[in-house]
Amino acid sequence: MSSGYKISYLDSLESESIYIFREVAAEFENPVLLYSIGKDSSVLLRLAQKAFYPGKIPFPLLHIDTSYKFTQMIKFRDNIAQKEGINLIVHRNEEYLGKKMHPSQYGLDKCCKFLKTQALLDALSEGGFDAAIGGARREEERSRAKERIFSFRCRFGAWDPKNQRPELWNLFNAKINPGELVRVFPLSNWTELDIWHYIKREKIDIVPLYFAKKRKIVRRNGLILLADQFNKPKEGEKVEEVSVRFRTLGCSLCSGAIESKAGSLDQIIEEVGAAVKSERENRAIDYETEGSMETKKKEGYF
Amino acid sequence: MTNEKDLLRFVTAGSIDDGKSTLIGRLLYENQGVYQDQFLSIKEIAQRKGQVQADLSLIVDGLKSEREQGITIDVAYRYFSTAKRNFIIADSPGHVQYTRNMVTAASTADLAVILVDARKGILEQTKRHSFIATLLNIPHILVVVNKMDLVDYSQEVFEQIKKDYLDFSSRLQIHDIQVMPVSALKGDFITKKSSKLSWYEGRTFLQYLENISIVSDRNLIDFRFPVQTLIRPNPDFRGYAGRIESGVIKAGDDVAVLPSGKKSRIKSIISYDKELEEAFTPQSVVLTLEDEIDISRGDMLIRQRNVPEIGDEFETLICWMFEQPAAEGEKYLIKHTTNIVPALIKELRYKIDINTLHRKESKELGLNDIGRAIIKTQKPVMFDSYVKNHATGSFIVIDQFSNATAGAGIIWDKPGVLPETD
Repeated sequence: MSSGYKISYLDSLESESIYIFREVAAEFENPVLLYSIGKDSSVLLRLAQKAFYPGKIPFPLLHIDTSYKFTQMIKFRDNIAQKEGINLIVHRNEEYLGKKMHPSQYGLDKCCKFLKTQALLDALSEGGFDAAIGGARREEERSRAKERIFSFRCRFGAWDPKNQRPELWNLFNAKINPGELVRVFPLSNWTELDIWHYIKREKIDIVPLYFAKKRKIVRRNGLILLADQFNKPKEGEKVEEVSVRFRTLGCSLCSGAIESKAGSLDQIIEEVGAAVKSERENRAIDYETEGSMETKKKEGYF
Repeated sequence: MTNEKDLLRFVTAGSIDDGKSTLIGRLLYENQGVYQDQFLSIKEIAQRKGQVQADLSLIVDGLKSEREQGITIDVAYRYFSTAKRNFIIADSPGHVQYTRNMVTAASTADLAVILVDARKGILEQTKRHSFIATLLNIPHILVVVNKMDLVDYSQEVFEQIKKDYLDFSSRLQIHDIQVMPVSALKGDFITKKSSKLSWYEGRTFLQYLENISIVSDRNLIDFRFPVQTLIRPNPDFRGYAGRIESGVIKAGDDVAVLPSGKKSRIKSIISYDKELEEAFTPQSVVLTLEDEIDISRGDMLIRQRNVPEIGDEFETLICWMFEQPAAEGEKYLIKHTTNIVPALIKELRYKIDINTLHRKESKELGLNDIGRAIIKTQKPVMFDSYVKNHATGSFIVIDQFSNATAGAGIIWDKPGVLPETD
């Protein structure tokens, strides 16, 4: 046969992800797409649109809002939802927001646990969802390297790394009992660089904070934080104006920027390709204790 | 550009303490597959434990409990790329559950890398892994003889191991076997050649990975399109979403739908923003047909003159992955392509002792056993033999009570035409 029947690496990743999306839609009663507004979520959204085109995405998007997200993220989220005609559910842990949950008083771990993990588990059970599609990639962090594409979670949302279902070929086991749930990761085999190449090729909109620009920042605990309403300079700190960008986006309180001049996709791709630090380096939450991500995942974190 | 590079998926398998994690750790480290902050975190661990050198194997051992115990418990997936290729490593641990893990990791691999400790030579594990690699039809095997530094880089030791391996593997059907010496700890012949092994004239491990030609097991002959889901945005549009598991299809081609056998023609091939004239494996597309036919998930579109087997009984090889043994007469669900059907184990012919490759009569398959069985399904399914078509020749077995993935199977051939074996 002709050797012409060859698809590019990005096309093969895309095809696999689309296949996964369709399996979810076919096998579950009530799936939901966890939308975090970040670059991976943006790619996930585009893949979902492709998977069901010319139909619409047959499930809602869910955003867990900790109330500490960058203002630009929330603006971006609402724009996208409106522009793409998406059914978007926003969930907040109002109980703990009422109790003024904040990392400065309770620590990062606790803040994350209540405003993200707990909020997510509540939203999933309130919505009666049986599958939650997320944008996690195996390459991101050590404990994720063993994550399945269809990752079974018990009634309490916990991940048991020692008791995962074997996953062979592309035959995903979607069988669960009522109250249980499967987290599905269509981007499992993508790397950070693949994501950027795809964003460029597909002209996917992303939050402007990913592009380097002169921004007002404060330096705190080794992180470069955006000097916004969440990060007011404390005594002894000064606001600087530096060209920075974010490699990952989360809460403004604990997502650090990197100094960078990469203001375009091409420059970002060049920067990421040459990077010597992982993209999660500026996530304060991963650092709290060794094996921190693994512990959070066992509790039901993204 | 990432886009233009191809992909090599390989499985790494080894025995306890043969330095597999160190090998992969080094491969990633020397190819910038490890970021500085991740490296610093393993350096910190080394300092805490009072070790002088950072242990490269810790890059690979992902879970905290594994790092503490110094063992690996599950298949891990690793990613790196060079200027030539993208790589996905499915790293299969050598400790517990080796059969289950190796079968899982091997199911998507183009190449099996099997590690051997130069001091120990060929072990039972080595044979098991080689056997599983051949069962799963992996076309290439690379045997890496590691820890050459601990045998003074002796050519005699290496040649003896090579000879032993080739003697053993002549009993298996392997298309392409290579054997090479390295020291992962010292970095000899991983990404760089080394004067310590000056007698060895072959490629480095990385060069091998970059240059091996993947006799692609992509089947471009037999068009198979299992329908995943229907796309019906409005009453005028009825599309069938799925992935082309093998073969090529063009707009205007005649097709048939199985199991009904109804005939039609491809009207259009849709891929999001564009209509395609032609599509091929492994593309995910939406197909529309000229005629309105009742088609649902689990049905298969094929060419009228290239038809798979259709039947409710087939000969299989099953790897059992569940605590409760499989027994003759037991009922399960099987997932085959996009079909989930009730099925029963009609007959267990024998199980295979994977150390000796001998067959033993057995009416049960325990955890990590591999055996030959006849499966009977409640309704007919469309299949090919695994050797011809991985996607239509493989299935998983699901336990109906616990929902666990209890086993994995490959379809050997259709019943009746099986050649009698010794």
